[in-house]
Amino acid sequence: MLSKAQETDAARQALARLLPLAEEAARRLGRRAVLMEVCGTHTMAIARSGIKSLLAGSLDLRSGPGCPVCVTEQRDIDKIIAMAGQPGVVIATFGDMLRVPGTKTSLEVERARGARVEIFYSPMEAVEFAARHPQKEVVFLGVGFETTTPALALSIAAAKSRGLTNYSVFSVHKLVPPVMRALLSDPDLNIDGLLLPGHVCTITGRKAFDFVSAEYRAPAVVAGFEPVDILEAIYALLKQITAGQARTLNGYARLVREEGNRKAKEIMAEIFEPTGAAWRGFGEIAQSGLTIRKSYADYDAAVRFPVEVPEALPPKGCACGEVLKGKITADKCKLFGRVCTPSSPVGPCMVSLEGACAAYYQYERHEV
Amino acid sequence: MANRDKDDLILLAHGDGGLLTHQLLQVYFLRYFNNELLAQMTDAAVFQVEAGQMAISTDSFVVNPIFFPGGDIGKLAVCGTVNDLAVSGAQPLYLTASFIIEEGFSLGSMEKIVASIAQTCREADVRIIAGDTKVVGRGQTDKVFITTTGVGYLLPGVNLGYQRLEPGDKVLVNGCLGNHGLSILLQRESLGLESQVVSDCAPLNGMIKKILSRFPGVKFMRDLTRGGLATNAKEIALSARVDFWLNETALPVEEGVRGITNLLGLDPLYLANEGKFLMVVAAAEADALLKYLQEELSAAESAIIGELRSGEGNVFMKTALGGTRRLDMMAGTPLPRIC
Ligand code: SF4
Repeated sequence: MLSKAQETDAARQALARLLPLAEEAARRLGRRAVLMEVCGTHTMAIARSGIKSLLAGSLDLRSGPGCPVCVTEQRDIDKIIAMAGQPGVVIATFGDMLRVPGTKTSLEVERARGARVEIFYSPMEAVEFAARHPQKEVVFLGVGFETTTPALALSIAAAKSRGLTNYSVFSVHKLVPPVMRALLSDPDLNIDGLLLPGHVCTITGRKAFDFVSAEYRAPAVVAGFEPVDILEAIYALLKQITAGQARTLNGYARLVREEGNRKAKEIMAEIFEPTGAAWRGFGEIAQSGLTIRKSYADYDAAVRFPVEVPEALPPKGCACGEVLKGKITADKCKLFGRVCTPSSPVGPCMVSLEGACAAYYQYERHEV
Repeated sequence: MANRDKDDLILLAHGDGGLLTHQLLQVYFLRYFNNELLAQMTDAAVFQVEAGQMAISTDSFVVNPIFFPGGDIGKLAVCGTVNDLAVSGAQPLYLTASFIIEEGFSLGSMEKIVASIAQTCREADVRIIAGDTKVVGRGQTDKVFITTTGVGYLLPGVNLGYQRLEPGDKVLVNGCLGNHGLSILLQRESLGLESQVVSDCAPLNGMIKKILSRFPGVKFMRDLTRGGLATNAKEIALSARVDFWLNETALPVEEGVRGITNLLGLDPLYLANEGKFLMVVAAAEADALLKYLQEELSAAESAIIGELRSGEGNVFMKTALGGTRRLDMMAGTPLPRIC
């Protein structure tokens, strides 16, 4: 591992190499090149490290549907909240879900009213919790992409092998490749290159994203998460753009293999199967979600605690959908910063630390 | 065996004012906190004051877990209140301590906590002179909650306040940031991370008194507890109507803390500290103060992290890359109870 100072030096050098290339790309295109990242961790890292402010003059960096909380449909959130109200149920979740507003209320508010909501950093911990509390029904919220799904799959396998009957998962897991196809098929879309999500690719492998360049002619680079990784990946994208190429390159070979992580893919396939899923901002996308296989129905919260909730519309005025497609930046939403702030969020993009609106609010408001 | 177990537990009867309450007082509190003011066992402790201004501060401690690397709820309960007085320019003298204990709590743990309070009081040179104990039914509290109140006298000649802040002043911290918050988090959540992150929990009054007696240019102090450096800097900026400009490269953060926070998507600038202060000092004294902290007070990781400029209450940070990032208050990050 590089020391902080070495890393910073490397990042500064990458930045110096990148800027002239960004200007060249802008000249070729007659406007700033538009690059999109499809991973909430990139969204955070780009804003936090100041990369966004440094490149603003010559590059247009946008966030795509890369934050799992943000792309969760309003109706699924309402279902989760309804499930929290069932007797004996303890909702287990990663922290981000707590404050996401549903149509009428949030888990945070329901918790104050007496619903039991526990925050865990790993699903295995929730399995332990279920073992310690046999009289409770522990429902883990499976909100996430390929990155978190294997851990949820493992937790179900562990609950099964320990004979636990009070642990289940509510799966609204989503897959990144199908939403990228939906994004890239949009005729209004104007994206010159894509930063591919490094964590997701450690599971799926680089090859799983070959279609981005092969079918849609968009340059793409798998990127790591240190500022220097991100800058190198942007550099590799700009090289392709200025040379008129489109390839899917691996800029995170430290961790990402061609085929990905076989074990993780196996356990995922053992427990989950692809299904259609509704995405906030995108609507229904075929084969883009993961549901728990029938053979594991005992661990499927959707089977064990069926809840019905009415059709739900996204919050009025919230432009999360447009933001998630990279069509507008967060500040173009009419509610941004006035009605919608991190302490009273209207849409999920303002709640999650990785949400585009929250990152924009936290780090970029009133550019300096 | 069953009986032995019973002897090891706090019972509701420990709080009913009868024999067990008396035993708890004698065996734990009086023995460990041993001092003549407490030993009088009167309804109120009476003590002499010098002329001048007094300062008083109170805080409740509900940290979970109650034992963590680098400290425990008892140590925290002393440091928290002592540090609040110290950063206000006061020398703490006496504390009161009030315990709300859950029925069934282990007496062994109770003794450890009481011993830790006594030890920390010795380090901070303060005494516990009054206290109270209540026992509540199982589930009505979580193990033990402690409230401490501290009184002290304002150090003569010290003048601290927002009104003294002005553009050009330098901003210092006395060491690495984020340790306490992260160490609690790692205890709480079994993340499977083998970590050496130790809470920085420590009384600061000794250090602060020495600084204030030598550096009249110190204009303001704040202990960087809940919300961390970022939230506290923002609050000060808003109250004093100035802008903070911090340098990312100057911020002291341990390598281990930096690595783990990166991994978890946390920001050390928003994590609580329990032995760190932010100090604003006149530019002319900044370098000497830094040298004094590092060399005389063994706060080797102390650093000048930025300066004040005229503005409207913003906190800006120059990133290592040379970009600018704006820091805001923490907005409800779902972290466990940290103090
Ligand atoms: S600013 Fe708020 S309301 Fe607007 S898109 Fe973002 S989350 Fe939705």
